[in-house]
Amino acid sequence: MTYARDVGALARKDLLLELRARDTLPAMLLFVVSTFVVFHFSLPAHPSRLAASGLLWVAILFTALLGLGRAFVPEREQRVLDGLVLAPCDRSAIWLGKSIATLAFLVAAEVVALPVYALFFRPLSGAAVLGVALADVGICAVGTFLGAMAVTTRARELILPLLFLPLAIPIVIGGVGSGAADSPGRYLGFLVLYDLLFAVVCWASFEYVVAE
Amino acid sequence: MLVARGLGKRYGEKRVLRGIDLELSRGGFLVVTGANGSGKTTLLRICAGLAQPTEGRIERDAERAQVGYLAHEPLVYRELSALENLELYGRLYRVPERRERIGMLLERYGLWDVRHDRVADYSRGMTQRLALCRTLLHDPALLVLDEPFTALDESGAALLDAQLAELRGERTLMVSTHDPGRVASLATARLELAA
Repeated sequence: MTYARDVGALARKDLLLELRARDTLPAMLLFVVSTFVVFHFSLPAHPSRLAASGLLWVAILFTALLGLGRAFVPEREQRVLDGLVLAPCDRSAIWLGKSIATLAFLVAAEVVALPVYALFFRPLSGAAVLGVALADVGICAVGTFLGAMAVTTRARELILPLLFLPLAIPIVIGGVGSGAADSPGRYLGFLVLYDLLFAVVCWASFEYVVAE
Repeated sequence: MLVARGLGKRYGEKRVLRGIDLELSRGGFLVVTGANGSGKTTLLRICAGLAQPTEGRIERDAERAQVGYLAHEPLVYRELSALENLELYGRLYRVPERRERIGMLLERYGLWDVRHDRVADYSRGMTQRLALCRTLLHDPALLVLDEPFTALDESGAALLDAQLAELRGERTLMVSTHDPGRVASLATARLELAA
Protein backbone atom coordinates (compact mmCIF):
# COMPACT_ATOMS: atom_id res chain seq x y z
CA MET A 1 0.00 0.00 0.00
CA THR A 2 2.85 2.37 0.89
CA TYR A 3 4.58 1.35 -2.33
CA ALA A 4 1.46 2.22 -4.34
CA ARG A 5 1.26 5.60 -2.57
CA ASP A 6 4.90 6.33 -3.43
CA VAL A 7 4.33 5.39 -7.07
CA GLY A 8 1.19 7.52 -7.15
CA ALA A 9 2.99 10.55 -5.67
CA LEU A 10 5.86 10.23 -8.16
CA ALA A 11 3.58 9.76 -11.19
CA ARG A 12 1.36 12.66 -10.09
CA LYS A 13 4.46 14.86 -9.78
CA ASP A 14 5.43 14.07 -13.41
CA LEU A 15 1.92 14.84 -14.67
CA LEU A 16 1.96 18.12 -12.75
CA LEU A 17 5.37 19.02 -14.20
CA GLU A 18 4.07 18.41 -17.72
CA LEU A 19 0.94 20.41 -17.01
CA ARG A 20 3.16 23.35 -15.99
CA ALA A 21 5.96 23.10 -18.55
CA ARG A 22 4.04 21.56 -21.49
CA ASP A 23 7.21 20.57 -23.27
CA THR A 24 6.67 16.85 -23.91
CA LEU A 25 3.09 16.09 -24.94
CA PRO A 26 2.70 18.94 -27.47
CA ALA A 27 5.98 17.89 -29.11
CA MET A 28 4.84 14.26 -29.28
CA LEU A 29 1.49 15.24 -30.76
CA LEU A 30 3.00 17.52 -33.36
CA PHE A 31 5.57 14.90 -34.31
CA VAL A 32 3.17 11.98 -34.73
CA VAL A 33 0.58 13.94 -36.69
CA SER A 34 3.27 15.51 -38.91
CA THR A 35 4.73 12.05 -39.58
CA PHE A 36 1.37 10.75 -40.79
CA VAL A 37 0.88 13.82 -42.99
CA VAL A 38 4.35 13.33 -44.53
CA PHE A 39 3.69 9.61 -45.13
CA HIS A 40 0.28 10.40 -46.58
CA PHE A 41 1.68 12.72 -49.23
CA SER A 42 4.95 10.90 -49.90
CA LEU A 43 3.62 7.38 -50.40
CA PRO A 44 1.36 6.00 -53.14
CA ALA A 45 -2.36 6.02 -52.39
CA HIS A 46 -3.81 2.94 -50.68
CA PRO A 47 -0.67 1.22 -49.38
CA SER A 48 -0.97 -2.46 -48.48
CA ARG A 49 -2.18 -3.49 -45.04
CA LEU A 50 1.34 -4.58 -44.06
CA ALA A 51 2.95 -1.36 -45.31
CA ALA A 52 0.35 0.82 -43.56
CA SER A 53 0.85 -1.12 -40.34
CA GLY A 54 4.61 -0.59 -40.64
CA LEU A 55 4.08 3.18 -40.98
CA LEU A 56 1.99 3.21 -37.84
CA TRP A 57 4.72 1.48 -35.85
CA VAL A 58 7.51 3.70 -37.12
CA ALA A 59 5.48 6.73 -36.03
CA ILE A 60 4.58 5.27 -32.61
CA LEU A 61 8.13 4.19 -31.85
CA PHE A 62 9.75 7.51 -32.68
CA THR A 63 7.01 9.48 -30.93
CA ALA A 64 7.61 7.38 -27.82
CA LEU A 65 11.34 7.99 -28.14
CA LEU A 66 10.66 11.72 -28.11
CA GLY A 67 8.78 11.40 -24.81
CA LEU A 68 11.30 9.00 -23.31
CA GLY A 69 14.15 11.35 -24.14
CA ARG A 70 12.46 14.04 -22.04
CA ALA A 71 11.40 11.72 -19.21
CA PHE A 72 14.35 12.33 -16.88
CA VAL A 73 15.12 15.91 -17.91
CA PRO A 74 13.53 17.48 -14.78
CA GLU A 75 15.57 15.12 -12.58
CA ARG A 76 18.76 15.87 -14.51
CA GLU A 77 18.44 19.65 -14.38
CA GLN A 78 18.71 19.95 -10.60
CA ARG A 79 20.11 16.48 -9.90
CA VAL A 80 16.78 15.72 -8.25
CA LEU A 81 17.42 12.04 -8.89
CA ASP A 82 19.88 12.17 -5.95
CA GLY A 83 17.07 13.39 -3.71
CA LEU A 84 14.73 10.63 -4.88
CA VAL A 85 17.41 7.95 -4.55
CA LEU A 86 18.13 9.01 -0.96
CA ALA A 87 14.45 8.78 0.01
CA PRO A 88 13.63 5.62 1.97
CA CYS A 89 11.05 4.41 -0.55
CA ASP A 90 11.77 1.40 -2.77
CA ARG A 91 13.82 2.75 -5.69
CA SER A 92 11.80 0.79 -8.22
CA ALA A 93 8.91 3.15 -7.34
CA ILE A 94 10.83 5.89 -9.18
CA TRP A 95 10.88 3.74 -12.32
CA LEU A 96 7.23 2.70 -12.02
CA GLY A 97 6.00 6.25 -11.35
CA LYS A 98 7.97 7.58 -14.32
CA SER A 99 6.77 4.71 -16.57
CA ILE A 100 3.14 5.41 -15.69
CA ALA A 101 3.52 9.11 -16.45
CA THR A 102 5.29 8.39 -19.76
CA LEU A 103 2.56 5.88 -20.62
CA ALA A 104 -0.06 8.56 -19.96
CA PHE A 105 1.68 10.95 -22.40
CA LEU A 106 2.02 8.25 -25.06
CA VAL A 107 -1.62 7.19 -24.75
CA ALA A 108 -2.71 10.85 -24.92
CA ALA A 109 -0.69 11.29 -28.13
CA GLU A 110 -2.22 8.12 -29.58
CA VAL A 111 -5.76 9.22 -28.79
CA VAL A 112 -5.18 11.88 -31.45
CA ALA A 113 -2.76 9.93 -33.65
CA LEU A 114 -4.79 6.75 -34.22
CA PRO A 115 -7.87 8.51 -35.67
CA VAL A 116 -5.54 10.55 -37.92
CA TYR A 117 -3.91 7.31 -39.07
CA ALA A 118 -7.33 5.77 -39.74
CA LEU A 119 -8.33 8.84 -41.73
CA PHE A 120 -5.19 8.89 -43.90
CA PHE A 121 -4.53 5.17 -44.33
CA ARG A 122 -6.96 2.49 -43.14
CA PRO A 123 -9.22 1.86 -40.15
CA LEU A 124 -7.67 -0.03 -37.25
CA SER A 125 -9.06 -3.37 -36.10
CA GLY A 126 -9.76 -4.05 -32.44
CA ALA A 127 -6.74 -6.38 -32.34
CA ALA A 128 -4.50 -3.62 -33.74
CA VAL A 129 -5.67 -1.17 -31.05
CA LEU A 130 -5.10 -3.83 -28.39
CA GLY A 131 -1.65 -4.42 -29.89
CA VAL A 132 -0.87 -0.70 -29.59
CA ALA A 133 -2.00 -0.67 -25.95
CA LEU A 134 0.12 -3.70 -25.08
CA ALA A 135 3.11 -2.33 -26.95
CA ASP A 136 2.79 0.99 -25.09
CA VAL A 137 3.32 -0.81 -21.79
CA GLY A 138 6.50 -2.48 -23.05
CA ILE A 139 7.80 0.70 -24.69
CA CYS A 140 7.37 2.71 -21.50
CA ALA A 141 8.74 0.02 -19.17
CA VAL A 142 11.90 -0.56 -21.20
CA GLY A 143 12.29 3.03 -22.39
CA THR A 144 12.03 4.53 -18.91
CA PHE A 145 14.60 2.08 -17.60
CA LEU A 146 17.01 2.92 -20.41
CA GLY A 147 16.22 6.63 -20.02
CA ALA A 148 17.43 6.47 -16.41
CA MET A 149 20.62 4.76 -17.60
CA ALA A 150 21.19 7.29 -20.37
CA VAL A 151 20.53 10.38 -18.24
CA THR A 152 23.79 9.96 -16.32
CA THR A 153 25.90 9.71 -19.49
CA ARG A 154 27.38 12.57 -21.47
CA ALA A 155 25.98 11.43 -24.83
CA ARG A 156 22.50 10.73 -23.47
CA GLU A 157 20.68 11.89 -26.63
CA LEU A 158 22.57 9.23 -28.60
CA ILE A 159 22.63 6.50 -25.98
CA LEU A 160 18.87 6.23 -25.49
CA PRO A 161 17.92 5.46 -29.12
CA LEU A 162 20.96 3.20 -29.52
CA LEU A 163 19.89 1.10 -26.54
CA PHE A 164 16.15 1.36 -27.01
CA LEU A 165 15.62 0.63 -30.71
CA PRO A 166 17.18 -2.87 -30.73
CA LEU A 167 15.11 -3.81 -27.69
CA ALA A 168 11.98 -2.43 -29.39
CA ILE A 169 12.27 -4.75 -32.41
CA PRO A 170 10.14 -7.48 -30.75
CA ILE A 171 7.50 -4.81 -30.01
CA VAL A 172 7.38 -3.85 -33.69
CA ILE A 173 7.09 -7.51 -34.73
CA GLY A 174 4.25 -8.07 -32.26
CA GLY A 175 2.57 -4.79 -33.11
CA VAL A 176 2.69 -5.21 -36.89
CA GLY A 177 1.53 -8.82 -36.52
CA SER A 178 -1.42 -7.87 -34.30
CA GLY A 179 -2.59 -5.34 -36.89
CA ALA A 180 -1.85 -7.20 -40.12
CA ALA A 181 -2.00 -10.95 -39.45
CA ASP A 182 -5.15 -12.98 -40.05
CA SER A 183 -4.88 -14.55 -36.60
CA PRO A 184 -3.45 -11.82 -34.33
CA GLY A 185 -3.85 -13.86 -31.10
CA ARG A 186 -0.31 -15.19 -30.96
CA TYR A 187 1.16 -11.75 -31.65
CA LEU A 188 -0.88 -10.28 -28.82
CA GLY A 189 0.26 -13.12 -26.59
CA PHE A 190 3.84 -12.38 -27.61
CA LEU A 191 3.38 -8.72 -26.59
CA VAL A 192 1.93 -9.74 -23.22
CA LEU A 193 4.95 -11.98 -22.65
CA TYR A 194 7.35 -9.20 -23.64
CA ASP A 195 5.62 -6.75 -21.28
CA LEU A 196 5.73 -9.16 -18.35
CA LEU A 197 9.31 -10.22 -18.90
CA PHE A 198 10.75 -6.74 -19.33
CA ALA A 199 8.60 -5.16 -16.62
CA VAL A 200 9.93 -7.68 -14.10
CA VAL A 201 13.55 -7.26 -15.28
CA CYS A 202 13.34 -3.44 -15.16
CA TRP A 203 11.54 -3.41 -11.82
CA ALA A 204 14.10 -5.73 -10.22
CA SER A 205 17.21 -4.06 -11.62
CA PHE A 206 16.34 -0.35 -11.45
CA GLU A 207 18.04 -0.09 -8.07
CA TYR A 208 21.40 -0.81 -9.75
CA VAL A 209 20.82 1.74 -12.48
CA VAL A 210 20.48 4.66 -10.06
CA ALA A 211 23.12 3.56 -7.56
CA GLU A 212 26.59 5.07 -8.07
CA MET B 1 28.12 7.14 14.35
CA LEU B 2 30.20 7.32 11.21
CA VAL B 3 33.51 5.50 10.76
CA ALA B 4 35.61 5.44 7.60
CA ARG B 5 38.92 3.66 7.10
CA GLY B 6 41.20 4.08 4.10
CA LEU B 7 38.41 5.57 2.04
CA GLY B 8 39.19 6.19 -1.61
CA LYS B 9 37.29 6.91 -4.79
CA ARG B 10 38.27 6.66 -8.42
CA TYR B 11 36.29 7.62 -11.50
CA GLY B 12 38.01 5.54 -14.16
CA GLU B 13 41.66 6.56 -14.12
CA LYS B 14 41.00 9.67 -12.10
CA ARG B 15 41.51 9.40 -8.35
CA VAL B 16 39.42 11.94 -6.44
CA LEU B 17 39.82 10.67 -2.90
CA ARG B 18 42.58 8.71 -1.19
CA GLY B 19 43.20 7.14 2.23
CA ILE B 20 40.61 9.04 4.24
CA ASP B 21 40.16 7.98 7.86
CA LEU B 22 37.48 9.58 9.96
CA GLU B 23 35.46 8.85 13.04
CA LEU B 24 32.43 10.85 13.99
CA SER B 25 30.52 9.89 17.10
CA ARG B 26 26.78 10.44 17.54
CA GLY B 27 26.15 14.12 18.18
CA GLY B 28 29.53 15.09 16.73
CA PHE B 29 30.12 18.00 14.37
CA LEU B 30 32.76 17.46 11.69
CA VAL B 31 33.93 20.33 9.51
CA VAL B 32 35.46 19.31 6.18
CA THR B 33 37.69 21.81 4.45
CA GLY B 34 39.92 21.71 1.41
CA ALA B 35 40.66 23.44 -1.84
CA ASN B 36 38.46 23.09 -4.91
CA GLY B 37 38.82 19.61 -6.37
CA SER B 38 40.12 18.08 -3.14
CA GLY B 39 37.20 15.64 -3.00
CA LYS B 40 34.94 17.25 -0.38
CA THR B 41 31.76 16.65 -2.35
CA THR B 42 32.76 13.07 -3.20
CA LEU B 43 33.47 12.35 0.47
CA LEU B 44 30.13 13.83 1.50
CA ARG B 45 28.29 11.85 -1.19
CA ILE B 46 29.89 8.65 0.10
CA CYS B 47 28.99 9.51 3.69
CA ALA B 48 25.39 10.29 2.68
CA GLY B 49 25.13 6.94 0.89
CA LEU B 50 24.86 8.36 -2.61
CA ALA B 51 28.14 6.89 -3.82
CA GLN B 52 30.17 3.82 -3.00
CA PRO B 53 33.90 4.04 -2.24
CA THR B 54 36.23 2.16 -4.56
CA GLU B 55 38.73 1.64 -1.71
CA GLY B 56 38.38 1.27 2.04
CA ARG B 57 35.19 0.87 4.01
CA ILE B 58 32.60 3.04 5.68
CA GLU B 59 30.21 2.22 8.49
CA ARG B 60 27.24 4.37 9.32
CA ASP B 61 24.60 3.64 11.92
CA ALA B 62 22.05 5.94 10.29
CA GLU B 63 19.75 4.33 7.73
CA ARG B 64 18.81 6.00 4.45
CA ALA B 65 15.69 7.50 5.99
CA GLN B 66 17.77 9.14 8.73
CA VAL B 67 20.18 10.96 6.44
CA GLY B 68 19.64 14.56 5.38
CA TYR B 69 21.83 15.62 2.47
CA LEU B 70 22.27 19.16 1.23
CA ALA B 71 24.05 19.18 -2.12
CA HIS B 72 25.43 21.91 -4.37
CA GLU B 73 22.20 21.61 -6.33
CA PRO B 74 18.96 22.10 -4.39
CA LEU B 75 17.49 18.71 -5.47
CA VAL B 76 14.06 20.28 -6.00
CA TYR B 77 11.88 20.57 -9.11
CA ARG B 78 11.99 24.04 -10.64
CA GLU B 79 8.51 23.82 -12.12
CA LEU B 80 6.89 22.92 -8.80
CA SER B 81 6.26 25.27 -5.90
CA ALA B 82 8.10 25.04 -2.58
CA LEU B 83 5.00 23.50 -1.03
CA GLU B 84 4.62 20.89 -3.78
CA ASN B 85 8.30 19.93 -3.55
CA LEU B 86 8.20 19.53 0.21
CA GLU B 87 4.88 17.64 0.00
CA LEU B 88 6.49 15.16 -2.39
CA TYR B 89 9.56 14.64 -0.20
CA GLY B 90 7.39 14.52 2.91
CA ARG B 91 5.37 11.67 1.42
CA LEU B 92 8.45 9.75 0.28
CA TYR B 93 10.11 10.17 3.70
CA ARG B 94 6.82 9.36 5.49
CA VAL B 95 7.10 12.48 7.63
CA PRO B 96 4.55 12.40 10.46
CA GLU B 97 2.34 15.51 10.71
CA ARG B 98 3.78 16.50 7.34
CA ARG B 99 1.78 19.68 6.78
CA GLU B 100 2.64 21.13 10.18
CA ARG B 101 6.33 20.32 9.76
CA ILE B 102 6.42 21.84 6.24
CA GLY B 103 4.61 24.95 7.44
CA MET B 104 7.01 25.36 10.36
CA LEU B 105 10.10 25.08 8.15
CA LEU B 106 8.76 27.41 5.46
CA GLU B 107 7.88 29.95 8.12
CA ARG B 108 11.27 29.67 9.79
CA TYR B 109 13.19 30.08 6.53
CA GLY B 110 11.05 32.97 5.33
CA LEU B 111 9.39 31.16 2.42
CA TRP B 112 5.84 30.95 3.71
CA ASP B 113 4.57 33.90 1.66
CA VAL B 114 6.03 32.48 -1.57
CA ARG B 115 5.16 28.84 -0.88
CA HIS B 116 2.86 28.63 -3.94
CA ASP B 117 5.36 30.25 -6.34
CA ARG B 118 7.36 28.12 -8.78
CA VAL B 119 10.92 27.47 -7.61
CA ALA B 120 12.10 28.66 -11.05
CA ASP B 121 11.03 32.15 -9.98
CA TYR B 122 13.07 32.04 -6.76
CA SER B 123 16.42 33.74 -6.34
CA ARG B 124 19.47 31.52 -5.72
CA GLY B 125 19.36 32.35 -2.02
CA MET B 126 15.67 31.48 -1.71
CA THR B 127 16.30 28.19 -3.50
CA GLN B 128 19.09 27.43 -1.02
CA ARG B 129 16.69 28.14 1.86
CA LEU B 130 14.22 25.72 0.30
CA ALA B 131 16.99 23.14 -0.08
CA LEU B 132 17.66 23.50 3.66
CA CYS B 133 13.95 22.96 4.38
CA ARG B 134 14.08 19.80 2.22
CA THR B 135 17.15 18.55 4.07
CA LEU B 136 15.64 19.13 7.52
CA LEU B 137 12.09 18.01 6.64
CA HIS B 138 12.35 14.45 8.00
CA ASP B 139 14.36 15.50 11.08
CA PRO B 140 17.39 13.39 10.10
CA ALA B 141 19.82 11.91 12.63
CA LEU B 142 22.81 12.45 10.31
CA LEU B 143 23.08 15.74 8.44
CA VAL B 144 25.55 15.98 5.56
CA LEU B 145 25.76 19.56 4.35
CA ASP B 146 27.87 20.48 1.34
CA GLU B 147 28.76 24.18 1.55
CA PRO B 148 25.42 25.11 3.13
CA PHE B 149 26.16 28.85 3.34
CA THR B 150 26.44 29.18 -0.44
CA ALA B 151 24.17 31.91 -1.85
CA LEU B 152 22.62 32.77 1.50
CA ASP B 153 22.39 36.45 2.45
CA GLU B 154 23.24 37.62 5.96
CA SER B 155 19.81 36.86 7.39
CA GLY B 156 19.75 33.43 5.73
CA ALA B 157 23.24 32.65 7.02
CA ALA B 158 22.23 33.78 10.53
CA LEU B 159 19.20 31.47 10.38
CA LEU B 160 21.45 28.59 9.42
CA ASP B 161 23.92 29.47 12.19
CA ALA B 162 21.08 29.29 14.69
CA GLN B 163 19.80 26.03 13.20
CA LEU B 164 23.23 24.40 13.38
CA ALA B 165 23.70 25.55 16.97
CA GLU B 166 20.31 24.06 17.81
CA LEU B 167 21.12 20.74 16.15
CA ARG B 168 24.62 20.45 17.59
CA GLY B 169 24.86 17.66 20.11
CA GLU B 170 21.41 16.32 19.17
CA ARG B 171 22.25 15.31 15.62
CA THR B 172 25.43 14.15 13.92
CA LEU B 173 26.64 16.83 11.53
CA MET B 174 29.15 16.83 8.72
CA VAL B 175 29.63 20.18 7.04
CA SER B 176 31.97 21.11 4.20
CA THR B 177 32.84 24.76 3.90
CA HIS B 178 35.36 27.24 2.56
CA ASP B 179 34.76 29.39 5.62
CA PRO B 180 35.60 27.15 8.60
CA GLY B 181 35.67 30.15 10.94
CA ARG B 182 31.89 30.41 10.59
CA VAL B 183 31.31 27.04 12.28
CA ALA B 184 34.53 26.82 14.33
CA SER B 185 32.76 27.31 17.63
CA LEU B 186 30.38 24.42 16.90
CA ALA B 187 32.85 21.90 15.49
CA THR B 188 34.03 18.89 17.47
CA ALA B 189 36.40 17.70 14.75
CA ARG B 190 37.98 18.98 11.56
CA LEU B 191 39.18 17.20 8.44
CA GLU B 192 41.29 18.98 5.87
CA LEU B 193 41.49 17.33 2.48
CA ALA B 194 44.62 17.80 0.42
CA ALA B 195 44.17 18.73 -3.24
